[in-house]
Amino acid sequence: MILDYIGVKDINGPLIVLDNVQDAFFEEVVGIRLDDGSVRQGRIVQMEGNRAVIQVFEGTRGLSLTNTRTRLTGHPMEMPLSPELLGRIFDGSGRPIDGLGDIFPVKRANVNGTPINPFSRIYPKDYINTGISTIDTLMTLIRGQKLPIFSGSGMKHNELAVQIARQAKISDEKSGFAIVFAAMGVKNDVADYFRRSFSESGILNRVVMFLNLANDPIVERILTPRCALTVAEYLAFELNMHILVIMTDMTAYAEALREFSSSKGEIPGRKGYPGYLYSDLASLYERAGMVKGKTGSVTQLPILTMPNDDVTHPVPDLTGYITEGQIVLDRSLDGQGVYPPVAVLPSLSRLMKDGIGKGYTREDHSALSNQLFASYAKVMDVRSLASVIGEEELSPEDKKYLEFGKLFEAQFVNQGPLENRTIDQSLNLGWELLATLPRETLDRVDDQTLDQYYEPAKKRLSSHKDSQKNDSQMMWEPLSKINGALNEEDNTDEDTDGGGTHE
Amino acid sequence: MDYKDTIYGINGPVVTIKNSRSFSMMEMVFVGTERLVGEVIGVSDDMTTIQVYEETTGLRPGEPVCGTGSPMNVTLGPGILDNIFDGIERPLKEIAKQSGSFIARGSNSPALDEKREWDVTLTVKQGDCLKSGAIYAELPETPVIRHKCMVPPGLSGTVISVKPNGKYHVNDTVVELKDNLGKVHELSLCQKWPIRTPRPVVGYLPPNIPLITGQRIIDTLFPVSKGGTAAIPGGFGTGKTMTQHQLAKWCDADIIIYVGCGERGNEMSQVLQEFAELTDPKTGRLLMDRTALIANTSNMPVAAREASIYTGITLGEYYRDMGYHVALMADSTSRWAEALREISGRLEEMPAEEGFPAYLPSRLAEFYERAGMVKNLNDTDGSITIIGAVSPQGSDFSEPVTQNTKRFTRCFWALDKALSYARHYPAINWMQSYSEYFPDLDPWYAKHLGDDFVQYRKKINNILQQENKLMEIVKLIGSDVLPDDQKLTIEIARVIRVGFLQQNAFHAEDTYVPLEKQKLMMKVILHLYQSAKQLISASIPISGIVKTGLFDKLVKMKYDIPNNKLEMFDDYMKEIDSTLSNIVSA
Repeated sequence: MILDYIGVKDINGPLIVLDNVQDAFFEEVVGIRLDDGSVRQGRIVQMEGNRAVIQVFEGTRGLSLTNTRTRLTGHPMEMPLSPELLGRIFDGSGRPIDGLGDIFPVKRANVNGTPINPFSRIYPKDYINTGISTIDTLMTLIRGQKLPIFSGSGMKHNELAVQIARQAKISDEKSGFAIVFAAMGVKNDVADYFRRSFSESGILNRVVMFLNLANDPIVERILTPRCALTVAEYLAFELNMHILVIMTDMTAYAEALREFSSSKGEIPGRKGYPGYLYSDLASLYERAGMVKGKTGSVTQLPILTMPNDDVTHPVPDLTGYITEGQIVLDRSLDGQGVYPPVAVLPSLSRLMKDGIGKGYTREDHSALSNQLFASYAKVMDVRSLASVIGEEELSPEDKKYLEFGKLFEAQFVNQGPLENRTIDQSLNLGWELLATLPRETLDRVDDQTLDQYYEPAKKRLSSHKDSQKNDSQMMWEPLSKINGALNEEDNTDEDTDGGGTHE
Repeated sequence: MDYKDTIYGINGPVVTIKNSRSFSMMEMVFVGTERLVGEVIGVSDDMTTIQVYEETTGLRPGEPVCGTGSPMNVTLGPGILDNIFDGIERPLKEIAKQSGSFIARGSNSPALDEKREWDVTLTVKQGDCLKSGAIYAELPETPVIRHKCMVPPGLSGTVISVKPNGKYHVNDTVVELKDNLGKVHELSLCQKWPIRTPRPVVGYLPPNIPLITGQRIIDTLFPVSKGGTAAIPGGFGTGKTMTQHQLAKWCDADIIIYVGCGERGNEMSQVLQEFAELTDPKTGRLLMDRTALIANTSNMPVAAREASIYTGITLGEYYRDMGYHVALMADSTSRWAEALREISGRLEEMPAEEGFPAYLPSRLAEFYERAGMVKNLNDTDGSITIIGAVSPQGSDFSEPVTQNTKRFTRCFWALDKALSYARHYPAINWMQSYSEYFPDLDPWYAKHLGDDFVQYRKKINNILQQENKLMEIVKLIGSDVLPDDQKLTIEIARVIRVGFLQQNAFHAEDTYVPLEKQKLMMKVILHLYQSAKQLISASIPISGIVKTGLFDKLVKMKYDIPNNKLEMFDDYMKEIDSTLSNIVSA
């Protein structure tokens, strides 16, 4: 028997309350038909006896106590799944908006998913070559990892995400690579930028897009990442594809959750966010990984803008506790025109340690990255000292560090948006930079590795220095050559793999 | 006792029942037609409140709730080690077999494998009088651990029948015991115990044996005793989990219980994989043979996360009762506190600080008080050491979980962001950290390593303190203006920081360092310091001493001297003497 419930008892923000509901269950989806014929969707979020609290996805504007008919659908929030999802565009709650009609589902799955059994997980070890020196060398991205980009308004996180998506694809084309993109509360032009960039790279037919733009209902925003991840899990674990999930902006998602929580009258935690923000974020982020018996993987690249660039704000803070590292962008580097403006020191990849080294990247990788971190940390100390006593007063060794810091940022961190460096290029560049420091200051590397990599890099450097003695700037020629894309003229005679090739 | 009632309300993991008088506090119940596991957390005149340990999607008002009559308990018996459970001791390996890679709801697999046969040796005979905790059977649970079956606490009596030695299942009765009221109890290889009740002991012993971890900064500067408590607070990325893993791998406890409480799934799979490959340096067997894992990752139900800590410590206490030294790693207790907060919020309790419930400190105290070096009911000695990671929100140590944890733990290993940015691991900040166990442990160190170990540690500590003061000056005016003896302090402190305190977990020699080598390293460093100091007081400039490369050589000695070639330290001493005397003669 199908019952229509006429009218509602109470309306509060995005929530409505129904009385005398028969046989409903927790998290059941309902359809709400208004008198004007429009239909909205909702979900039961609380039950008390035969009273149900329903969250309306499209918002409650226009609802009155009498003008609605509510019908139970008998199933929880589900996403239709089929291989045809690739190349399609959906709204925030998973309905197609590209005018190509409905999906004919092979199966349906609850958008909340179920947790992956820790015993069934494969510990991720395959590294993804992103072609970006800082990421590949210092915070290596691993397949099955969740690595967020901590950014701020106005910084180039979108460009970085697009570059990673574009360049990571190259090594993966055969094994089935696809991108699931979830926009939450971003502006239309941002979503359009992503669509255009995917289209320019010729991968649009391998992208599934979910768009909940800034002016779309916030309740839908809570569903957007869940729909996207349900699709990602389907593609990865049933069709065995490698999926990169880009979710932007997680801060907007958390704010939607806060708004929704406060309308339910829940006790707020830190900064008004609900006490379960950690669990809620974890239920999204933990859906990354690889499982035994399947060859696919879900890799997540969430983007979040830190309000006021504050990394201790609850959203980046809790995110950092769940994700396996973070890529932090820095406003002062951004201001200096360094792209990507990666703040090296606070950035980290937790899965890196087992995915690099012999058999994965190169045997000197771990020692080199440790040394770069240590030396760059020393640069920061020297800079703060220099700001007090002035550069002139620094010891000769400290001056070398200052020089190293400048070069590190200009040559290693900085690279072109279309430039794709191989791991060997990045690692060699790292050694050449370290070669500007005296050998005895490199205390994170053992002698054998120093002999094998530091000394040749030093020779490369000095041979160049000798041949270009009259112009001291020119000693950086070999470095800036790798950096071809930075310089428009250089670009033509360069063979940077991938950079600009598919334009 | 079988009684039923029906669901009235559902709100997230909290389910309510109206007008029921049959349930008792903390009782374990089955909720709904899928029989989801839950626990009664509130009873009032008109409303009974239950927290459900699984997803509640799909529950309807009117579905049945069945009581079990007993509090939330776990099964204790052979098969716990080399296994992985969720927060309420459900076997994740079994569940993976049944429902695949994703955890389905309402799984009812028994915690321990009921079909596996154990090779049991009975250690009692008919007519024996057994008291609580007495051992009546033994079996090899893994190649390194002998499992001892004990009379459950609270029960005692006379053995009226014993099965012969042989192969038995976990639930087979092997001994029948008649208590003094004449009631006969059947004892199998396993027993149940409520997770929120500490298992009783005869008494506590002084914590005067250190837990040797092979990590220099911990063993030397901030040691924890067997039966002690330690907290590792640190923001994200400072290496809490890495430190916990290192301790779990190398500490000299007999049994490791690793509780992944609301942390990452990939980390648990890393532990599973690494521990199944690594061998224990002492026994030569796999680390998994002495380890049990509790994995309740952050996306698994929040109520089970709250229970996981208690499940872990109850398993630990069971092995402690057998006379083993147990180390429990809880990663992270902040997630557990947040689970408390989340459930408290659903119950609409009055929040205290930062939304945490007012009973947070008492719950933390209850948990940490279950650690200790004890005399067991069966007269064996055993211990549980608790090492709890704390994830302070916003990396701010003044938040309630860190502050309250500090009150109930005696070791505080504060992880530092600046150190981890420079990839100085373990990133334990030597200025903020402390250990209160020195008075208990110093006699042990003096007895096993000689009085000089304690002396060396004091000197090392002293140099680090001086350096800290000097660095304040250096930050303002640079190091060039310091007099030579202070420059020496800074130089030698660098050797201590980089060469001694920093330890490379991925280096084969450096990941675990025996105490003897730790002592000799300190000895060589201090010898250089003393000798150089004499030269400087004889007006020989520090730059000349630094130029010899001795300082840099000592920084690398942790890699250059293998753990089994400690005689090489003599060569270092000689080299220091000869090099420095060359400076004098030149």
